[in-house]
Amino acid sequence: MKNSRYIVVVGCGRLGSLLANRLSRDGNSVVVIDRVEIALDDLSPDFSGFRINGDATHMAVLKAAKLKNADVLIATTHEDNVNLMVAQVAQKIFRVPHVLARVFDPRREEVYAQLGIDTICPTSVAADMFLEAVANGGTHQDGGVS
Amino acid sequence: MKIIIVGGGKPLFFLCRNFTAKGYRVTIINRDKGECVLLSRQLTATVLCGDGSDPEILKEAGAMGADAVLAVTPNDQDNLVICQLATLKFGVPKAIALANDPDNAETFERLGVSAFSTTRIVGSLIEQRASMEQILNLLPVGEGRVNVTEIVLEAGSPVAGKQLKDIDLPENALIAVVIRDNRPMVPGGENDLLAGDRIVLITLPENHGPALKVLTGEER
Repeated sequence: MKNSRYIVVVGCGRLGSLLANRLSRDGNSVVVIDRVEIALDDLSPDFSGFRINGDATHMAVLKAAKLKNADVLIATTHEDNVNLMVAQVAQKIFRVPHVLARVFDPRREEVYAQLGIDTICPTSVAADMFLEAVANGGTHQDGGVS
Repeated sequence: MKIIIVGGGKPLFFLCRNFTAKGYRVTIINRDKGECVLLSRQLTATVLCGDGSDPEILKEAGAMGADAVLAVTPNDQDNLVICQLATLKFGVPKAIALANDPDNAETFERLGVSAFSTTRIVGSLIEQRASMEQILNLLPVGEGRVNVTEIVLEAGSPVAGKQLKDIDLPENALIAVVIRDNRPMVPGGENDLLAGDRIVLITLPENHGPALKVLTGEER
């Protein structure tokens, strides 16, 4: 398995920093973008990628991240609309082969599925897990709820 | 005509006042409660408080039957998503987004959303007005690939008194309308130009300067 990919992570919150740290530790070249400078301090000391302090909805910032060379873009800011915009720009303009966006609002997720943007909706994922756990009557089995 | 406008501030207020005066039905969506109260007092528009990029709010605003949606919030990402939801989910025939970052105007067009940049429009207006007194109006259309310019012919203009067919305009430049004594007309080759005429000139940007020079005699 090819292990060194060029990955751009937009948003360095809890999820973004976690992903960036792990992807970097696995040997990928990682660039993290956040518009708040101190958010970038959440990266672990052994994070070996690049940090960019800037607003990813500005083309200039995405160009600085050399997005056109990226293999993967992950948009994880806390604003759905930022994630959706960055994901579309990455896919349609910078032709990034693999683009993923976090979207909290399940109703917005539907529309972007139509546009061909891969989204992960933590709200739906959590809801499904809760429902499954409830249906199982609280019995927790391996492979059931993970 | 039913228009939904998402955003706030003075431009929205005056835009909306303009539209309602023309008899359009306007619904405003604004996030700020205080501003909503003010707007609903001052305008004859329906005002809805909420996030315009929330499909439920758009639905409540009547997006399903709207003729146009205008997204003029200070956040480009919101404007993009509002317009895409309006088109994709509610089938609104016309959705237009403000691009706060001028670079995003092109980006939005490439993502299939009509966009404009006030920075660009105002910027070119100021540039043109500052550089030439005779220019009354300049409107970039087609993403700035075409200029529509209104100029007034001064007495010293080299084309004053000439017939249109004798005026040697560069390629890709057209005198579309001549306004004389407040009466506009679309001129033919036999028409002449007089000092005091207001001319609507259509040019491509590369020929804008040369065409202006022919009409005014000034180097730009």
